[in-house]
Amino acid sequence: MPKLTVDGIEVEVENGATVLQACEEAGAEIPRFCYHERLSIAGNCRMCLVEVEKSPKPIASCAMPVAEGMVVRTKTEQVKRAREGVMEFLLINHPLDCPICDQGGECDLQDQSMAYGVDGSRFHENKRAVEEKYMGPLVKTVMTRCIHCTRCIRFSTEVAGVPELGAIGRGEDMEITTYLEHALTSELSANVVDLCPVGALTFRPFAYTARPWELRKTESIDVMDAVGSNIRVDARGPEVMRILPRNNDDVNEEWISDKTRFVWDGLKTQRLDTPYVRENGRLRAASWDEAFAAIAARLKGVDGSRVAAIAGDLACAESMKALKDLYTALGSPNIDCRQDGAKLDASNRGAYLFNTTIAGIEEADAILLIGTDPRKEAAIVNARILKRSRMGGLKVGVVGPRHDLTYDYDYLGAGPQSLKDLGSFGDVLKNAANPMIVVGQGALARADGAAVLAAALSLAKSVGAIREGWNGFNVLHTAASRVAGLDLGLVPGEGGRDVAGILDGASKGEIEIVHLLGADEIDMSRLGSAFVIYQGTHGDAGAHRADVILPGAAYTEKNALWVNTEGRVQAGNRAVFPPGAAREDWAILRALSAVLGKTLPYNDLAAIRTAIEAEAPHFALLDILVPAADMPDLKAGELDAAPFETPVKDFYLTNPIARASAVMAECSAGRAAATRIRAAE
Amino acid sequence: MSVRRLDPNQPASFAFTAENVEWAKQQIAKYPEGKQASAVIPLLWRAQEQHDGWLPEPAIRYVADMLGMEYIRAIEVATFYTMFNLSPVGEHYVQLCGTTPCWLRGADELKEVCRKHIGPEGTVSADGKFSWLEVECLGACVNAPMVQINADFFEDLDAASFERVLADLRSGKEVKPGPQNERHASEPAGGLTSLTNVGQETGTGGGN
Amino acid sequence: MLEDKDRIFTNLYGLQDWRLQAARGRGDWDGTADIIAKGRDWILDEMKKSGLRGRGGAGFPTGLKWSFMPKESDGRPHYLVVNADESEPGTCKDRDILRHDPQKLIEGCLIASFAMGAHACYIYVRGEFIREREQLQAAVDEAYEAGLIGKNAAGSGWDFDLYVHHGAGAYICGEETALLESLEGKKGMPRLKPPFPANVGLYGAPTTVNNVESIAVAPTILRRGATWFAGLGRPNNTGTKLFCISGHVNRQCNVEEEMGIPLRELIEKHAGGVRGGWDNLLAVIPGGASVPLLPKSVCDDVLMDFDSLKNVQSGLGTAAVIVMDKSTDVIKAIARLSAFYKHESCGQCTPCREGTGWMWRVMERLVAGDAEVQEIDMLLDVTKRVEGHTICALGDAAAWPVQGLIRHFRGTIEERIASKRGIAQAAAE
Repeated sequence: MPKLTVDGIEVEVENGATVLQACEEAGAEIPRFCYHERLSIAGNCRMCLVEVEKSPKPIASCAMPVAEGMVVRTKTEQVKRAREGVMEFLLINHPLDCPICDQGGECDLQDQSMAYGVDGSRFHENKRAVEEKYMGPLVKTVMTRCIHCTRCIRFSTEVAGVPELGAIGRGEDMEITTYLEHALTSELSANVVDLCPVGALTFRPFAYTARPWELRKTESIDVMDAVGSNIRVDARGPEVMRILPRNNDDVNEEWISDKTRFVWDGLKTQRLDTPYVRENGRLRAASWDEAFAAIAARLKGVDGSRVAAIAGDLACAESMKALKDLYTALGSPNIDCRQDGAKLDASNRGAYLFNTTIAGIEEADAILLIGTDPRKEAAIVNARILKRSRMGGLKVGVVGPRHDLTYDYDYLGAGPQSLKDLGSFGDVLKNAANPMIVVGQGALARADGAAVLAAALSLAKSVGAIREGWNGFNVLHTAASRVAGLDLGLVPGEGGRDVAGILDGASKGEIEIVHLLGADEIDMSRLGSAFVIYQGTHGDAGAHRADVILPGAAYTEKNALWVNTEGRVQAGNRAVFPPGAAREDWAILRALSAVLGKTLPYNDLAAIRTAIEAEAPHFALLDILVPAADMPDLKAGELDAAPFETPVKDFYLTNPIARASAVMAECSAGRAAATRIRAAE
Repeated sequence: MSVRRLDPNQPASFAFTAENVEWAKQQIAKYPEGKQASAVIPLLWRAQEQHDGWLPEPAIRYVADMLGMEYIRAIEVATFYTMFNLSPVGEHYVQLCGTTPCWLRGADELKEVCRKHIGPEGTVSADGKFSWLEVECLGACVNAPMVQINADFFEDLDAASFERVLADLRSGKEVKPGPQNERHASEPAGGLTSLTNVGQETGTGGGN
Repeated sequence: MLEDKDRIFTNLYGLQDWRLQAARGRGDWDGTADIIAKGRDWILDEMKKSGLRGRGGAGFPTGLKWSFMPKESDGRPHYLVVNADESEPGTCKDRDILRHDPQKLIEGCLIASFAMGAHACYIYVRGEFIREREQLQAAVDEAYEAGLIGKNAAGSGWDFDLYVHHGAGAYICGEETALLESLEGKKGMPRLKPPFPANVGLYGAPTTVNNVESIAVAPTILRRGATWFAGLGRPNNTGTKLFCISGHVNRQCNVEEEMGIPLRELIEKHAGGVRGGWDNLLAVIPGGASVPLLPKSVCDDVLMDFDSLKNVQSGLGTAAVIVMDKSTDVIKAIARLSAFYKHESCGQCTPCREGTGWMWRVMERLVAGDAEVQEIDMLLDVTKRVEGHTICALGDAAAWPVQGLIRHFRGTIEERIASKRGIAQAAAE
């Protein structure tokens, strides 16, 4: 641990730390544009220059490793002049279009210019103008503003793993672009906008819609996948204006996927903002009382065994708790939260969690992916695997569909049979210090899913992936609701039917009433003549089939708990109110329960959370992971020969909100038509 | 350096000749395994030679594919290095050194010759025979002023001798590269001031 | 004046055959195995004692540089990379070695590689030197055929492969880490240092990058002894050096001379003197475009070596002497260099990317006199904000010529501005 002094303050820092880090340790603020903690060091902006004793020239603190006894000065005249010089150079060719720039108010160049620049300009030449570069529907460019920090290039290469951004030309004519201006193809592409320190890259869908200072910022949790990315929802009045990532080193670091970020326009279209009841084959707007009355009338006299409830992928813990309690009270054992039919076992928590944890991936040295395409199913998790891969010494094997995962892997086979003989990769796992097995929903949502899960768990045990201090067995979920649903027991009760059984029963007339809590991914045609209650947010598949519609609240419109694939309980917060007559989902169920004479025993959010914690105590521990108690064996079964398929066919359209988003539709269409030919603006 | 753009008119495809494929393999073999990207400049250069002296876009992809490089990395290289011509050039491509040592010795006069006998800088003459560009120091400063025409240097030029070279090229006559005066190479004109006491064997390969 | 017997490059002008047989006749490859047999330490020691300073411009002691390489390999290969990306305006000495004396370079590559534990060497030739590259490749092929390089090179027991690589038009690749980037198939953008190439160089392995001339003189130094080389020139500025004399002289030429030769003697003995006589001299750029020019008053008695030229706020650089007589528009001469640096800036770091363009544009206005007198000081200040603030030395190289101009020819610039405004005329009336 080298000791050095910064502005006379002695600090001790880690070996290999940079002077910039040492300066921060000592409380000296170092301005920077190109430097970013999560990217490789470029050292090109020269804003972080400091004075180091015995060095004749100022040095770039971001790139210089500390040495014992170094004497660093950050407040000298030389440093001040260096910063002023760099600011001046950055500004001479930077346009004076701040009033119409979407970066205004959150621009590093603006801020640092105020802090470290000089007023006035000595540059009397013409400013450089740079042609715009098309980068697709998400990232808008005004390349004249670019200061060539190369953060975007480094991100696309190092974090997204899709090296599609580069700088062509050289000198003052160097320009950032993609190859022939094709649209960015990474699922994480728009993070480059967050990284861009100026207004060269901005959010196209957000262009000219709001100024950052007029937005109300709410910290929340994303539900587009099971990662539980930490987000900030920026709203103005009743409208969500944009979504940004929040830093959480354990989950999403500071990245979010493009779907997480740009789904917000889907929150405003096709919304269910009033109850509906079907009359004479047509849905008509109704009051809450009418809707509840219709349900009560249909339920009357129907035996609980002929009633069912399915929780969808975006359901929060509170609504699932209320759903389960209500239908249990109605005597129905037919309840399920696995609308894809994944053969997950709610009784064995360790067998449905991503036990290694997302951050834990960085400790792994061998990963076997079974029936999963993490790039599409959990782009953030995939980025973490890439990060680990780039550190070196990681071996990845894949059983299942073959996809471009952005890192190298050994392809071991298409289906479950390959699990029996992994060839030399079996030894890789055995010899690894920290092996990981990751089972995707594509491996579980099939008839032999339980057998695959059992085989994977047994493989994990046999290669030493489960031991004191390391749990390398992982299930990668795709649904934000899934782990909470399993934690709360939203699986068939004694003699109850799972989703397949419910659909079977409905098509045969054995199930008469089905309550869909935001469940839109099932085959609606198999609901037969069942009376369908659809409770949700969007006019998607479920609503079209519904006999009664109960308008619920989207994830940005309620205070709710979510449990991610790791089993991490996180609290989302309401950024805006639900539209029109829509209400928070647990409250809807609570109100319905009263009409049905089965009044649920909680009257406010605190009470339902207490009820949840009583059932599953870990819900009280926000953001704290409770490791699975033990990892009992699962019952082995017959493995099928059919190849695994990925559950995510179209990354941009996985749920009702995304399907209502015009931006996501454009991304999906653009990807389908992806060519290397320049897309017309 | 000015902004460099790909030519709007591009061929549909590009592939090395069989001979060049073989040659490319030998080039790639110069570098350690996994480091084949090292061959990108030689391969792009060969592609340019094969394609009448300019580098078409499909060739950039072709070379990138051959080396397992991302396209963006290959086009970065193609646009960074100024010897890659991104638009068609004349059959005789004249690169005229305009940097100070040549300028002191009359590069401006040579530019006039180019304008007069070829046309505006950066355009191909009507007969397709010539195009010219002012470039930076070509490294033959003690034989200034000079130009490079395709692979050869023409040195110790003046307007008259340069006009003669261009005329000979235009009419298909053989031209002698190297100094266009009595010099052999970089020795002082009019008699050696050093190396007078070493072997007097006549060179056969010097001077180009 | 240096005697021919002390000249290393005896076929500098290509008046003799460049091929292997003739080269051997000139003494190349004489006892190479014996030199190698003396061992690494002896070679390093001898190179240090010779006082040879790098001939590529920076003048870093060559033997010391070689000694920075790890003594033992940690599993990574070691590389020698020869910088034949000769692009410094005014400089054309390496070209003559490549085409006329290539075996000296090839032999030097073997010995230097051995001394640094390298089994592979790449020679990076600037792209424009197409014929020179062909000739060098032919010489390499000859050396391979003769068993001088390859397995058990020259009977030394050392396995050694030599590869000729080339660029495609980028001055910046003469900067050693940009060269390595380019050799790896990337844009020639200089790397941040540390780490230095001796630790992390080509393909992440220990690497030394040397100029052609530095490597090509090594075999002769080791054959004739460090004492011989160190006995030439002046302390800390030893040996012989290839000088390139261009511009307004009667007979432009390259010549090998003793370090420390007076500039005037160099020009008058070898280049036939300044056009119109010594008194017609305006200024000299003594070491390639990157170093500040010297007015005649300094040229009168300055010596041509590292320390002497440093003492007059210039530098030996590549020893490329660019002579300007009194007919020269010296502002334009320097403005043309500013254009060069703007053209060749890689664009990576801010001060150089933005500063070279700014300096050039102001210089162009100064050429026309289209400026305010205060802008001279502003320009000087801009050069100071580029100098010392960039990743590599190109920023400094772009700043120094302008600084030299303002230092020595401020009056000329002011006159230009004044005459443009007609003030001079008005004053005369």
